[in-house]
Amino acid sequence: MAIMNQDIVKPENLVYTKTKVLTDAVMHYCPGCGHGTTHRIVAEVIDELGIQDKTVGIAPVGCSVLAYNYFDVDFEEAAHGRAPALATAVKRLNPDLFVFTYQGDGDLAAIGTAETIHACNRGENITMVFINNGIYGMTGGQMAPTTLIGMKSQTTPFGRNVERNGYPLRITELLATLPGTYYVTRQSVHTPAAVRKAKAAIKKGFENQKLKKGVSFIEILSSCNSGWKMTPVQANKWMEENMFPNYPVGDIKVDGKIVENVDINRIVVDHPLTVVNQ
Amino acid sequence: MAKEMKLMKGNEAIARAMIASGTDGYFGYPITPQSEVMETLMAEQPWETTGMVVLQAESELASINMVYGGAATGKKVATSSSSPGISLMQEGLTYLAGAEVPCLIMNAMRGGPGLGTIQPAQSDYFQSVKGGGHGDYQLYTIAPASVQEMYDFVFDAWDIAFKYRIPVLILTDGAIGQCMEKCYVRDYVPRWTEEERRKNAPWGCWGKPATRGHNVVTSLELESSRQEVFNLKLQAKYREMEQKEVRYEALNCDDADYVLVAYGTSSRIAMKAMQLGREKGLKIGVFRLITLFPFPKKEINDLAKHVKGMLCVEMSAGQMIEDVKLAANCSIPIEHFGRFGGIIPTSEEVLEALEKQIIK
Amino acid sequence: MTEELIIAGFGGQGVLSMGKILVYCAAEEGSEVLWMPAYGPEQRGGTANVTVIVSSERISSPILSKFDTAIVLNQQSLDKFESAVKPGGTLIFDPNGITHEPTRKDINIYKIAATEKAQEMGISKVFNMMVLGGYLKLKPIVSSEFIEKGLMKALPARHHKLIPQNIEAIEIGKGLIQAVQTL
Repeated sequence: MAIMNQDIVKPENLVYTKTKVLTDAVMHYCPGCGHGTTHRIVAEVIDELGIQDKTVGIAPVGCSVLAYNYFDVDFEEAAHGRAPALATAVKRLNPDLFVFTYQGDGDLAAIGTAETIHACNRGENITMVFINNGIYGMTGGQMAPTTLIGMKSQTTPFGRNVERNGYPLRITELLATLPGTYYVTRQSVHTPAAVRKAKAAIKKGFENQKLKKGVSFIEILSSCNSGWKMTPVQANKWMEENMFPNYPVGDIKVDGKIVENVDINRIVVDHPLTVVNQ
Repeated sequence: MAKEMKLMKGNEAIARAMIASGTDGYFGYPITPQSEVMETLMAEQPWETTGMVVLQAESELASINMVYGGAATGKKVATSSSSPGISLMQEGLTYLAGAEVPCLIMNAMRGGPGLGTIQPAQSDYFQSVKGGGHGDYQLYTIAPASVQEMYDFVFDAWDIAFKYRIPVLILTDGAIGQCMEKCYVRDYVPRWTEEERRKNAPWGCWGKPATRGHNVVTSLELESSRQEVFNLKLQAKYREMEQKEVRYEALNCDDADYVLVAYGTSSRIAMKAMQLGREKGLKIGVFRLITLFPFPKKEINDLAKHVKGMLCVEMSAGQMIEDVKLAANCSIPIEHFGRFGGIIPTSEEVLEALEKQIIK
Repeated sequence: MTEELIIAGFGGQGVLSMGKILVYCAAEEGSEVLWMPAYGPEQRGGTANVTVIVSSERISSPILSKFDTAIVLNQQSLDKFESAVKPGGTLIFDPNGITHEPTRKDINIYKIAATEKAQEMGISKVFNMMVLGGYLKLKPIVSSEFIEKGLMKALPARHHKLIPQNIEAIEIGKGLIQAVQTL
């Protein structure tokens, strides 16, 4: 006799359940991708703060274009790069709502750079969640503004070349210099410890909306094992070895002040990338 | 309903009507010849009185997307711009149409292409009623010809926008925007209460209560079969509007041998040309389009059955004429007369063109 | 009754506000009115002109090529608009700075030395009201009882104390206007 799922998954055996702020829709994200985990912790935060009925999310264009299918809160789907403009108006017209944007690096740091910078500079009371995986995942792995020097992509098949493509954009550090940002941090979700820290950061970001002191900006470094053409385990290791030196994890600006010993002007141009043997 | 008479410019009328009609938010970016809209709003400080939000955005790209974000919460949100800025907004407009978000946009047309001129034009007809952005969509497009209509059409816009869940475009030009005329202002319509917003926009993103599923405002549908069904629903809505929401004004058309067809500023010039012609004994009428979409197809078709010819007067190289010819089935001579690039035709020129091109 | 008027001069001469005050007064009396400025990128120093239409009927075109009356306050404006006066119409000019006087024989021509008079009296700010007075003497399209009412509407409250001075200037203007040529 075959043992069925329901024979094992009984209420008395459950140690972990889906948070109620996520819908029952099956996520389309690749196994190993950071989006699923980040969705989960954002949803947990909304649940824990008891603000499901007061939250409006703004979805981007990119891998998380369907984010609205997974969050059980009201959601607006923006055009590519425009999420901060939508969020600006949602919050200004509905100051009692908790408003968050959820964008990737192409959306937030390339096509939507102007909307990002101006929403941050106006000090909108919103939470911005920024997934940085250094690549355009949805369109098939092209170069992003955050692609590392030397990193291969579909449009930099021989590696990102500074002369042709310029430098990786550390937009999070750039935004930290604006007086309109109140909390700026960079986290990752590739280990249980990192997930806990990232969740605490997202929670702080949502709680900050009550203070009305400006943007809370949470960058989440994520691997893109499909786009990077690695296994999920390889991708996580590669992220630690190569993304972290360029994009150091930790708080950058807290309570409106740049954190001590954080060098927001640091420029990395000569970090040799590790090669993954596949 | 009409109360006090005030003199105001067309741009100012738009701004004052926004406040008086219970508009919740305005997001704009300065561009000549309509910057007075936002200037008037900022000077009036409606956030102190009605609670209306007014914000200067960093670009038209941002302002139309702020309209999208705010209007998707079920509030009355508006913007205004002029041709180059409206071009930049086309992305936002097609998303708004695709997500069926009611909102209000005003375009004070100026001469193009490109940066063109700051003087009045009517060269954005195609852009306004034939798409502009990508996809099969329409904006309810209404063309005021006076300051009073600039004011009144803002009130009308909210009724249509929410009834049909459609973006409304008030299509005007620098001449109507800059000229000052009498305007009878109305009593204030209070902004919607929270309960009214929820009742009038049950689809809006205003925070999901436990009693309903989550609302999603989106124009994305990856499944083609479902996207086609949605497109058919949009088309059905547009056909219904063609049945019910056409507006026009026929002046002296009953006994006319010849009709001047025009909208907005051109229609006023045509009215004067009609007067000049009638003084000469020519039986001329003016058919003024008020809605450009829905287009008065049937009315023009009927008119074509009893007049000898039509002259379309536009401040463009000839755009509206295509729809007039289609509506009339090319059954009578229909010609175009226009000046463009910021030049406004004179009534004398219009009459002369009618005599040369149609009456002969 | 329909009066189609163009007022033209230098920016800063009060051309636009003169037209505005006229339409406010006429509107108070119940006429249909239109005020249409020519606009351009320059804010100061260029030439300015405004079309004013006052009528007992619905006003058609806001853009005109021929006028019943032209009020011209500098040489460029005279050169530009003399030919735009309808045959039998009226041209009013201020002789200040005019080197080539109007030459048409088929129109009425008047001059009003308002610049000189206003300087002499030290009230250059209401120079345009003197010109308006001269015009209203010839074309009484607004009854005098509505002048004050129009000024009340046209001027912001903080300037209402200047209304008597404006009315006085209008009265002075009525006495200043002189016929050069009448048909």
